[in-house]
Amino acid sequence: MLFRLEPRGERSGFWSIGSPVLAILLTIVTMMVIFALLGKPPVQGIETFLITPIANVSGLSSLAVRAAPLIMIGAGLALCYRANVWNIGGDGQFTMGALAGAGVALALPNGAFWWEYPLVLALGVLGGMVWAGLVAWLKLKFNANEILTSLMLVYVANLILVWLVTGPWRDPQGFGFPQSAMFGAGATTPDFGSTSIHLGCALAPVLALVLWQILGRSVLGFQLRVVGQAPRAARFAGFSNARLTWIALLVSGGLSGLAGIIEVTGPIGQLTTTITPGYGFSAVIVAFLGRLHPVGVIFAGLLLALSYLGGDAAQINLNMPNAITGIFQGVLLFYLLGADVLILHRVRRIRPRATEAA
Amino acid sequence: MAPGLNRSVAEDAPLLALRGIVKQFPGTLANDHVDLTIGQGEIHALLGENGAGKSTLVKIIYGVMKPDAGSLRWRGQEVAINSPAQARALGIGMVFQHFSLFEALTVSENIALGLNDPKDRENLEGRIAEISSRYGLPLGPHKAVHDLSVGERQRIEIVRCLLQNPKLLIMDEPTSVLTPQEVQALFATLRRLRAEGCSILYISHKLEEIRSLCEAATIMRLGKVVAQCDPREKTARELAELMISAKLKTQDYSQKHSAQGPERLVVSKLTIRSNQQFGTDLKEISFAVKGGEIFGIAGIAGNGQSELMDALSGEIPAGAPGNILLDGAPVGLERPRARRRRGGCFLPEERNGHGAVGGMSLAENGFLSAHIRGALGRFGLINRRRTQEFAAKVISTFDVRTTGPLAEARSLSGGNLQKFLVGREVLQQPGVLVISQPTWGVDAGAAAAIYEALVALAQAGTAIVLISQDLDEILLLCDRIAVIAAGRLSEAMDVKDATIERIGLLMGGTQTGREEEHVVPA
Ligand SMILES: Nc1ncnc2c1ncn2[C@@H]1O[C@H](COP(=O)(O)OP(=O)(O)OP(=O)(O)O)[C@@H](O)[C@H]1O
Ligand SMILES: [Mg+2]
Repeated sequence: MLFRLEPRGERSGFWSIGSPVLAILLTIVTMMVIFALLGKPPVQGIETFLITPIANVSGLSSLAVRAAPLIMIGAGLALCYRANVWNIGGDGQFTMGALAGAGVALALPNGAFWWEYPLVLALGVLGGMVWAGLVAWLKLKFNANEILTSLMLVYVANLILVWLVTGPWRDPQGFGFPQSAMFGAGATTPDFGSTSIHLGCALAPVLALVLWQILGRSVLGFQLRVVGQAPRAARFAGFSNARLTWIALLVSGGLSGLAGIIEVTGPIGQLTTTITPGYGFSAVIVAFLGRLHPVGVIFAGLLLALSYLGGDAAQINLNMPNAITGIFQGVLLFYLLGADVLILHRVRRIRPRATEAA
Repeated sequence: MAPGLNRSVAEDAPLLALRGIVKQFPGTLANDHVDLTIGQGEIHALLGENGAGKSTLVKIIYGVMKPDAGSLRWRGQEVAINSPAQARALGIGMVFQHFSLFEALTVSENIALGLNDPKDRENLEGRIAEISSRYGLPLGPHKAVHDLSVGERQRIEIVRCLLQNPKLLIMDEPTSVLTPQEVQALFATLRRLRAEGCSILYISHKLEEIRSLCEAATIMRLGKVVAQCDPREKTARELAELMISAKLKTQDYSQKHSAQGPERLVVSKLTIRSNQQFGTDLKEISFAVKGGEIFGIAGIAGNGQSELMDALSGEIPAGAPGNILLDGAPVGLERPRARRRRGGCFLPEERNGHGAVGGMSLAENGFLSAHIRGALGRFGLINRRRTQEFAAKVISTFDVRTTGPLAEARSLSGGNLQKFLVGREVLQQPGVLVISQPTWGVDAGAAAAIYEALVALAQAGTAIVLISQDLDEILLLCDRIAVIAAGRLSEAMDVKDATIERIGLLMGGTQTGREEEHVVPA
């Protein structure tokens, strides 16, 4: 080998920002190679994937719509990860939030907006919290690894969703399609004007900013950071690990649930078997790409949202499978984790005679 | 192969020669054109106040950091040491001031990780056992590191180096946490290594040690070399004055404070199962400390000190509320924050990751334990102005050398961080202060300042429990003393009746099976 990694002995400030940038550049190059291998013109391919989707106003509003759930979930996950709690089940919490809120919306089809909508949202938050709370309970009571439990609960939530929309909650007037009735006006997320931009698009960055302030300025945020960085120091200071685990999971679960209920009462308008294209998993990438910082999450959320739009565009314009979205996200995460090594390590050329025999 | 044998290089060249080493950190010039020459088979002392740049210099030698300028000659040949692996390949071993061990792994796994060459790992446990018995460094190869005391962790680092037959062994404050007996055993080891031709670069704040061990010394101040001398020809006081440029005043701390107040901390029949796998259970510990009194707890590392600290601070709850009375209130089951509210302040021995969070600023580290008593928060929010003011006050009162309250804790030199942490607890005006190893790694001047602060606190009516392995420190400061061994606390004795012999017997005598390892001085 000509090169070797070597510990820096400290964190590099440059590379904690530089690593996501490098990862994005490498991802773009790799995508171009993939386009070429598939026989598509690489430059046009990347343009279709990353630029065409947002070249006009309606594209930009779709971007905002796609980014909203990613930012909401990602910001919650960032907080969770800061506290060293590895919730990767955002998708399940999203689904359970959607189900809990939708239950009310379906039961009360004629409610007035001013009381029904807040109720539906509150239940959405609650649904996500319950699902994440289960993870906290299993972790604290049985010492069950939260990565496994939160992931498995995603599949459970999805099965519940499928059962409900093919069974009890199926729309009787729906020609047998596996979907619920459309929600009433009282349970519909308001749009802004003629665009598809809805309330959630504004709420997501606001919530991210609120989390940022909580993490940086509040005693609670401080406790979460300490417990994540130095659990013994947290114990020394008297911060309860159990309490903080609960809080981290409830906050991230609540945000995922909120994203879920906004998604089904907004862009979708009803329950179907596929209410999430894996937002909860993409949000893991969002959280890391955003450096576990709520503001970074906003930018990362926009990029990943673009990958969804790009997948659609590649499908339509280039006749490619929209698995290209998953490939983009996977490659990005791969490079990001790789590039993150540079934060703590440097690459050094090995000179042949540097290590003489001892 | 004996470490001293070498064939290829000129015999008269010094083992290591540094010329003009410069290292700049943001806001600090840590090394300012430092020259250092270490001869073959020489024990060379590196002295200086906290923050003088000693650790930085040895990290450069060991390849952990890169100098901004300067050259390094190893046996007369210019080399660039780019990594610890390369330093080890040359024959340089190092025991760090802050250990770099993996908590979740066992002792032998940790040692294996530090070895470059797979063939070094053959029969590792047998060789660990051999080295540790030969050099008097008892270690259980299968214990997990997170269960070990600081003293035991240090032994791992020492054994790890010795396994590689180094030609130059760098030791950054190796004796700060060792008992006198362990220190003597270590010195015997080091002298044997020297006889075998190995050179040693030795950093310590304990000047008497240096006078008895080292034959050359380089003294640093504010990043520069200010003197080179033979420490055997100087008194400890002369050495200290070279380091700090001011004259030291002699202090006698006894009789300044007298225990007249009510009993502020009463511990009765405190029995605790350690929450760590190989920890020491506490058995029926009882003692009482009055306001104005300094109560010393002596003992060899790993005999229950850290469990006692955790039990007193509330990290481990006691069996019943009445096991611990703080100003008369039963607090045995209360959490640390509740105990702080009642006037308790605590400082555990380990600063990295326990008493302090390395990646956080000093202001945040101040907030960590002082936010209740210092009222640094309001409405659930951090009061940034007060938090920074508090940290700034600690920094100025305890003369912490740093760029300010926003400096990360890990950017401080070891002794300066210790000063900050002690200051953080002392400035909270505690009613009861439990403090472990308060002068670990601080220089003579700073140790005196810490002693003065503790005495002043006692005079103001605080009950102080001082857990320390440093007998001199305990005898200097305390009114009464007890010894902890195998989780039991001896009867308390008046400091007048305490002799080194008696304490030494208590340290070793009550423990079965450890007598041979920790020889009691005759
Ligand atoms: N990573 C870093 N970033 C910024 N400043 C640093 C860093 N490491 C050390 N310093 C600064 O460099 C100076 C020298 O530190 P060093 O650790 O070498 O001191 P030292 O002589 O070993 O002191 P001590 O006896 O307290 O261990 C200090 O002022 C310290 O704050
Ligand atoms: Mg040091």
